[in-house]
Amino acid sequence: MDKPSADGGPTRFETHPSRYKHWKLAVTGELATLTMAVDDEHPHKPGYELKLNSYDLSVDIELADAILRLRFEHPEVKCVVFTAELDRVFCSGANIYMLGLSTHSFKVNFCKFTNETRIYLEDASANSGLASLCACKGTTAGGGYELALACDETMLVDDGNSAVSFPETPLLAVLPGTGGLTRLVDKRKVRRDRADVFCTTAEGIKGKRAKEWGLVDHVVSRSSWDATVTERAKSLSAKQTVTRGPAVELPALSAKVEANGVKYRYVELQVDRTARTGELTVRGPEASDVLDFTTPETWSLHAFRELDEALLRLRFDFPEIGMIAVRTVGDPKLVVLHDELLATTTTGFAREIRLLQRRVLKRFDNTARSFYAVADSAQSCFAGSLLELALGADRFYMLIDGDQKIGVATSVANAGFNVMSSGLSRLGARFYGDPELATAVLQRGAPKPKSPRGAIALPPERAKLLAEHPAYKLAMSIEMIPSEEAEKLGIATIAADDIDFGDELRIALEERASLSPDALTGMEQSLRFVGPETLETKIFGRLSAWQNWIFTRPNSTGEHGALTLYGKPERPQFGWKRT
Amino acid sequence: MTNVITDDKIPNNVNLSGDKRLQRALEAWQPKFIDWWKEMGPAPWNEKDIYLRTAISVETEGWANFDYVKMPDYRWGIFLEPKKEGRLHHFGDNMGQPVWDEVPGEFRNMLRRLIVTQGDTEPASVEQQRKLGETAPSLYDLRNLFQVNVEEGRHLWAMVYLLHTYFGRDGREEAEELLQRRSGDADKPRILGAFNEPTSHWVSFFMFTMFTDRDGKYQLAALAESAFDPLARTCRFMLTEEAHHMFVGETGVQRIVKRACELMKQEPNGDVRKAGGVDLPTIQKYLNLWYTLSLDLFGGEVSSNAADAFASGLKGRYKEDRYDEHKLVGSHFAMDVLENGKVIHKDVPMRNALNEVLRTEYIKDCQRGVDRWNKTIREEGIEHELKLPANKFHRQIGMWSGHFFTPDGEMIDQAAFDARRTEWLPNEADETYIKSLMQPVYERGKMANWIAPPIKGINGLPGDFEYVKLP
Repeated sequence: MDKPSADGGPTRFETHPSRYKHWKLAVTGELATLTMAVDDEHPHKPGYELKLNSYDLSVDIELADAILRLRFEHPEVKCVVFTAELDRVFCSGANIYMLGLSTHSFKVNFCKFTNETRIYLEDASANSGLASLCACKGTTAGGGYELALACDETMLVDDGNSAVSFPETPLLAVLPGTGGLTRLVDKRKVRRDRADVFCTTAEGIKGKRAKEWGLVDHVVSRSSWDATVTERAKSLSAKQTVTRGPAVELPALSAKVEANGVKYRYVELQVDRTARTGELTVRGPEASDVLDFTTPETWSLHAFRELDEALLRLRFDFPEIGMIAVRTVGDPKLVVLHDELLATTTTGFAREIRLLQRRVLKRFDNTARSFYAVADSAQSCFAGSLLELALGADRFYMLIDGDQKIGVATSVANAGFNVMSSGLSRLGARFYGDPELATAVLQRGAPKPKSPRGAIALPPERAKLLAEHPAYKLAMSIEMIPSEEAEKLGIATIAADDIDFGDELRIALEERASLSPDALTGMEQSLRFVGPETLETKIFGRLSAWQNWIFTRPNSTGEHGALTLYGKPERPQFGWKRT
Repeated sequence: MTNVITDDKIPNNVNLSGDKRLQRALEAWQPKFIDWWKEMGPAPWNEKDIYLRTAISVETEGWANFDYVKMPDYRWGIFLEPKKEGRLHHFGDNMGQPVWDEVPGEFRNMLRRLIVTQGDTEPASVEQQRKLGETAPSLYDLRNLFQVNVEEGRHLWAMVYLLHTYFGRDGREEAEELLQRRSGDADKPRILGAFNEPTSHWVSFFMFTMFTDRDGKYQLAALAESAFDPLARTCRFMLTEEAHHMFVGETGVQRIVKRACELMKQEPNGDVRKAGGVDLPTIQKYLNLWYTLSLDLFGGEVSSNAADAFASGLKGRYKEDRYDEHKLVGSHFAMDVLENGKVIHKDVPMRNALNEVLRTEYIKDCQRGVDRWNKTIREEGIEHELKLPANKFHRQIGMWSGHFFTPDGEMIDQAAFDARRTEWLPNEADETYIKSLMQPVYERGKMANWIAPPIKGINGLPGDFEYVKLP
């Protein structure tokens, strides 16, 4: 791997509460408390101090880890309370000096990651019975207030001084980068003229008015603070009907970081820096793998956790690798078996695995790189949950082989659970103009219980155990859709035989790698998110469009821009032309 | 019954009788202020006649009008130094342009914050000192306490005038909240930490007026340079009053020091405490405490807010005119900073270092006061020196907070600091002892045993004058 870049890579996204520097996680019965206690001397990269509970990537990596662990390791927790160790400051938002020192691509990816973390928090509340309460006992600015907006309820201390605020526009000439503007009017439904006043008042709004305007849910005095936090947390907790568990401890991923990529047990990323291309390979489960939805080692969880971290490393550590070929290796029957078994397992843990898969696939959609899925070997296994990668990719290339061993198969994982940010399934998005085509593919590719194709080599005891399981029967009976038919059905973008395939793919990859990365990012994001807008698509879309535009404009990051000059002796000078 | 505001009730030079909007705002605010004074001020003394100085105009003979007055009837006035026509920005990015007579929209929030933060300290100190009348060492000191209190009240009026006149509805709300926050209150504390500690006895009161009010002097002096002309003119007039507060503090401590020396000489083995005085090592501890609390009030050593306030012309340096260069782009200030856990001396862009520049001026001023105390000690023939501790010692705000230093400025770890803490800062036993000395002396001309009499009285009057009329 390269020496650490200006942005601090290589980046490890895996951590553990025992290694947290910036948060303290405490669990008592149904309530968890995440106390923000940012260690100002341990930023993600040197050059700035994390004063006043400001955050950077290292702080948010721990936050993401804590939310994930609450879901898997602490199923008894029904409400998480966010609080701060400082007395007069809850959180002052993303560290401005860090933003000033970072490259454009780092800033964009930092914002994207923090957005995903906050959406995951909302996801935990909506789907996993884990509510959140933001207890802002002090100044809550910028990203600090955006964290509050992502929670189910927000309390602000009524001490005559503490305010919630979005100082980004008046102080820094940028926007709140973590969905704040969208959540303000779409989620909290703050009146838009009031939101306008709020977003241009650097010091923010405090006390009764903050509640009256709907910026917070409760304003609470200091003396009744602790009691109210407990009362509100218990009330939120009591409303939860979804149960998680049983508890499992998430094992380490053991990434092997190499000069040109990273290797995990099931996932591998290799890059070619000269060609600016990469290969992302996801292996399906082995027959010898434990097929058991009580262990975190199970493929459905472990492989997707690996994929998640590989995608993040791709974003942060390989900014110039723009074109990624996605391949899968394994036995499609085993993938389908895992998907079907997972879908019929009714534990909270199994549900968490499916939700994690869904989030990782969304992370894939939201990664600003060109993805071409490639099925060019009989070992490829674009089936079920792994077929989602092909459906989510910008294009899907399939080799037509003589004996029709290369193909795709669908499973329950393609039938609607794995929605994109738009709320559509990937098949639904693919056939946006003709939903019947999606149904046709599902019918054609789905397992046919009545026509078993023969068993797979599971270890004998497990085969015995599973033999009568409906999921096993389903998986054993899948019929692959061969490449040529897949092209006709609209699954493959291009299917070609071995005479044409090599050149076809090579040229496609080289051509893509030569196009402007900026234009490609905009184009891909516009095309991938066909269909309706949701809070999520708005958040990512506006981040990509507006914030990223503003980040590159002279008024924020030019020589005399407000972000450039923040903390420096000179005041910004703006160009006054509006579009 | 409506509350009618008149020029007579509220002495002013801001054409109050001709300003309907201001009248209406003050009519609503003034009764709340009186309620606040009655609830949070020196309540038991409200019916007493006190020999106070009232400013009734900004002329030389007008600002120091002495007479007996009951505190709630004190005529809190609104005075700005007379306007100088043609005043220009004399520092920052807009140098040479005419100053602002109205709040520029661009800086409205920043200005309001500056004014609210300054304004919040004024009632806070009245609240902190409200119990001190019960243990006054003399009528002279009792009167000085109340003079300080009513003037802090007037400074609040000055800030409220600015909020009412220039900041619209937000300003009125902020003015109300100045009366709602309470020093040390669990629910609505004052904005700055040092103003939430009670001033529980007179040693602390004198240290507060010496060190904390001196911070006020430097903040006001920096705001007196402001290109927002009404703020500059207001602060300039406030500075004349602040001088008296520091006089109370500096001479108060000087008299305790003098008495300590006298008692040292009287007692066979120099045990001042045995003789009922405040010994010099204890004075040093209180000096260490209040001086460092006050250093915190200047804010972070390297500050973007300070740079912004200077660049935009809102807050200058202490006596800006004495400097040659007023833009401060490209110039640097050499100062100690903490980097990777080590103290190093380095150049910081001047604008970002302006809090530290102001603090440095303040430290020099404090040193002059301490020098005078040491002169008193020498004149008494005692070998002892009081010292200002290092600016890194015992800090709660800024880059030294969270790190530990000896009063000599040597970096140590927390365990070493905790082990020696009571050697450097007052402990509970010191507090208990000092409080045991605090017995009121209300007899004309008499002094408590632990403090020497003043050299001269107020307004040329003798020391045994009846400064506070008691039945």
